[in-house]
Amino acid sequence: MYARLVGEEIAYRAEGPLLFLERSLDVGLNEAVEVEGADGSVRLGRIAALDLESVTVEMLDDSAGLALSGTRVRFLGEPLRFHVGPGLLGRIFDGVGKPLDGGPPLAAARAYRVDGHPIKPSAREAPDQYLETGFSAIDLMNSLVRGQKLPIFSGGGLPHDRIAVDIARNARLPDEESESGEFAIVFAGIGIPHDSAEFFREEMEKSGALARTVLFLNLASDSSAQRLLTPRFALTAAEYLAFAEGKHVLVILTDLTNYCEALREVSASRGEIPSRKGYPGYLYSDLATLYERAGRIRGLLGSVTQLPILTMPNDDITHPIPDLTGYITEGQIVLDRDLHRRAHYPPIRLLPSLSRLMKDGTGRGRTHADHPALAAQLYATYSQARQARVLASVVGEDGLSERDRRLLRFGDAFERDLLAQGDAVRTLEEGMDIGWRLLRELPPGELHRLDDRQIHEHLR
Amino acid sequence: MSRASAIWVSGPVMRARPEGSFQLRESVTVGERRLLGEVIRIARDEITVQLYEDTSGLRPGVLVEGTGRPLSVRLGPGILSRIFDGLLRPIGDPSDPYVQPGLCRIEPQRFHFEPGVRVGDRVSPGGSIGTLSNGTALDLRCLIPPGHPPGEVVEILDAGRYLDDEPLCRLRADDGSPHAVTMSHEWPVRVPRPVAARLPSDQPMLTGQRLIDCLFPVARGGTGAIPGGFGTGKTVLLETVAKWCDADLIVYVGCGERGNEMAGLLAEFSELEDPRTGRPLMERTLVIANTSNMPVSAREASIYTGITVAEYFRDQGLAVTLMADSTSRWAEALREVSGRLGELPGEGGYPAYLSSRLADFYERAARVRTLGGDLGSVTLLGAVSPPSGDFSEPVTTHTKRYVGCLWGLDAKRAQARFYPAINPLNSYSLVAERLARWWHTQGCTRWQELRSRFLTLLEEESRLERMARIIGRDAMPARQRALLICAQLVNEGFLRQSAFSENDRYASPERQAVMMRLIGSFLEGTERLLDAGIAPERIAEDPVYRRLTRMGEEIPDGDWDAFAAIDRELTAVVRRLIDAGRESGEGVGDSRDGTDAM
Repeated sequence: MYARLVGEEIAYRAEGPLLFLERSLDVGLNEAVEVEGADGSVRLGRIAALDLESVTVEMLDDSAGLALSGTRVRFLGEPLRFHVGPGLLGRIFDGVGKPLDGGPPLAAARAYRVDGHPIKPSAREAPDQYLETGFSAIDLMNSLVRGQKLPIFSGGGLPHDRIAVDIARNARLPDEESESGEFAIVFAGIGIPHDSAEFFREEMEKSGALARTVLFLNLASDSSAQRLLTPRFALTAAEYLAFAEGKHVLVILTDLTNYCEALREVSASRGEIPSRKGYPGYLYSDLATLYERAGRIRGLLGSVTQLPILTMPNDDITHPIPDLTGYITEGQIVLDRDLHRRAHYPPIRLLPSLSRLMKDGTGRGRTHADHPALAAQLYATYSQARQARVLASVVGEDGLSERDRRLLRFGDAFERDLLAQGDAVRTLEEGMDIGWRLLRELPPGELHRLDDRQIHEHLR
Repeated sequence: MSRASAIWVSGPVMRARPEGSFQLRESVTVGERRLLGEVIRIARDEITVQLYEDTSGLRPGVLVEGTGRPLSVRLGPGILSRIFDGLLRPIGDPSDPYVQPGLCRIEPQRFHFEPGVRVGDRVSPGGSIGTLSNGTALDLRCLIPPGHPPGEVVEILDAGRYLDDEPLCRLRADDGSPHAVTMSHEWPVRVPRPVAARLPSDQPMLTGQRLIDCLFPVARGGTGAIPGGFGTGKTVLLETVAKWCDADLIVYVGCGERGNEMAGLLAEFSELEDPRTGRPLMERTLVIANTSNMPVSAREASIYTGITVAEYFRDQGLAVTLMADSTSRWAEALREVSGRLGELPGEGGYPAYLSSRLADFYERAARVRTLGGDLGSVTLLGAVSPPSGDFSEPVTTHTKRYVGCLWGLDAKRAQARFYPAINPLNSYSLVAERLARWWHTQGCTRWQELRSRFLTLLEEESRLERMARIIGRDAMPARQRALLICAQLVNEGFLRQSAFSENDRYASPERQAVMMRLIGSFLEGTERLLDAGIAPERIAEDPVYRRLTRMGEEIPDGDWDAFAAIDRELTAVVRRLIDAGRESGEGVGDSRDGTDAM
């Protein structure tokens, strides 16, 4: 980054994350600044407000230790940018795009604004290409489509880290495309503990997945303001890989709850009026600026798919973070504590899970002609099975009708054989075979979501 | 025009020192890129401006230029079948995939004009001076803007292709002043366009969705709201209605929602055919897209832009339907703007005027006689996204006070993949009685009877389901078991309708009536079985039951023979079961122990 304008001895007040400067230079709103302390440390900041006499800078790094005298301020003359180029894959960065792996700085081919620009709805290509994760609960029941944003709603103590790593390791394009090496992963740890960061780094290196991955690690001990930048740097890298290098990029962001906490903290320190549960009123719009960066652009090869992971405080799906996320994203995958206790892995609670774009990316010519009908039938039957289970808990299993007992058996087998898969990686076809087998135990007359041909072909 | 110089900028708000006078709500442009904004507060030596775009790079000293009029949009033939942002600026330009701040106007286009008046004719505002065609199925009129003085035609151009900002006609007003009329004119978005008279609405706006048309119909020129938590299918339902409803024109406002959804809608609407004209659906659609990541303040304006556009086409004598997805995001934008102004917050942090703004919006729906003497209508459908799916929040409760029907979506139904996931017990239509007459004139004389029968059945079902959960189904008397079977068929065979099934995504009123009657026959058949003492499960186990549940998906519109065949089969099955029961002497005592629930 090149310094355009430098101001010395212009700071006259510091307050929390805000630094007030005399306006001696002609600078614009939202432009990035570098504040160099007397000790030589450099902190990033952004111009948050301007009037005739002064400039208000919001510090994006911890402002502790900053003094008014001896501070040099470099104005970059443009909003914060991330300089990206070839060689991005396989690298590990901190939350603001500085190499953490001891490697050389990136060969900067392009400088992208980390905030991005909204994609015109008319320039978007509607997502309709399937992406396989290796988990049947997702691939078969809630298929992920390239260009989609599908969050995982988890809770404290649930194995979302393991799911994240497994998906990063096993995700692939369908067979006919998998050889082309067009697939890449951007993995961003946002405000994660040191141990998790080490786990991610180790697992990625061990499995060889690191070669097709860019890793961004923002630790729990890093400053909150920096946490707000981590997903933006990660998404900027993803956009470069997707739209400049033509790759299909899967972005895994974990844990968005830490991001929202940081947003609340920063908002409070700015003295803004809080909305629900103390989160700022613009939480929806702010999250949208991240999630909406998923997608495809007409005429360009690549795609950005997002798999954000968030932990629901107290497992409460109505909490503002999962609630607002669900309103922006195209579905959600919900993890379940009961299944986890019963050692089912992945513990995905199917009924509240949903992939809105599944209908566009599955079926004839995409995955398999009967895939959508099979998933719909499994959903409907499993939902009845859950009702039968509720009934059984009241009247006892013996008091159930034969139909309900059959459903109960289906429900157990479904969870055990299809949802749970332990360490195994399953293709869609393998998952579908299990699904048909489970349905064979039921009378065809009860399968309202299948047509006669499907029943004849798969269930006889 | 008046000017001002910026003295303070922060986020989307700026303060400036004015030279000359500004009005409240005056539209302004800022800086070299001519960002669009609106004056929201005035003091003697300072104005406050809210900007509708990304403000990066703005600084004290930039020029603020007044336009002398409130936020307005340019209405004309050029806006049909295109996509715009919340301020009616075209965003279809493929050269740059990203939204960039700055002013861009609709380039003037050429359209064919066919004069309809002669020199010496007297014309008045809202009247037409000729027709315009833009190559689509819709022919538009060239209207004299409302508010224009009446006068006499002194010059009119011949038929031909003209630019939409070219004067086509010169008028001399009664006071002698000269005026020119062009194809397009500006109209302030927050001001409703005047009409000659508001008319009662006694016709349904048919959506092709059985659950809506038969149980909770919406009137032409009426209003409807769709509240539902995330994942309950608000958007799919709105899009389905947009595709198949019998409006002449659809204005689809994507207000703070997903970009991919808008892309999907554009792609699908360009491919699908309008069942009535055979032309691409996109030709009768106009999309206003302000996705969730586009500037928030423009989101607030997009609803008004949409309704103004809808009113413009209504004034052409068309039946227009406006979909707003979602009004909650609009309310949130109101809240943000209000917070920035430091207004006292009301319930849920929303400004105290939320309720009156919602009322203003929904009141702009109407069936009218236009100033030009035509019949036109604007039907408004708004999605509501209540936080945590809780319908007691302010936007939902206030909306309920102003809409004619409510289609409450239900997470449980959505989770069982039952679409449309409208919960009949949570929905209403205030106009159903009035619209019954229309169905009657269409030959569906039992519409009202069957409708209330279905509703009673569904109401009873929810009560009995609770009971079944405690004592188990088998322990219930036959009459109640039969009721549950019937309710299940109403749900599965009639109300459930897949938006993705070729056959079933649209149901014509005739097909709806036939299916309604068939389900009615089933209810009566079951009744007869009960009277004969036959267990109701017998008919549910028969293949005819499965055919009834799947008739929506398997029998296409117009194949009346197939429906008649099911009807005959049903009659035969009922007779066979009764005969068989009589021979084996099956439990006669079973039939009378039920309640009078049916």
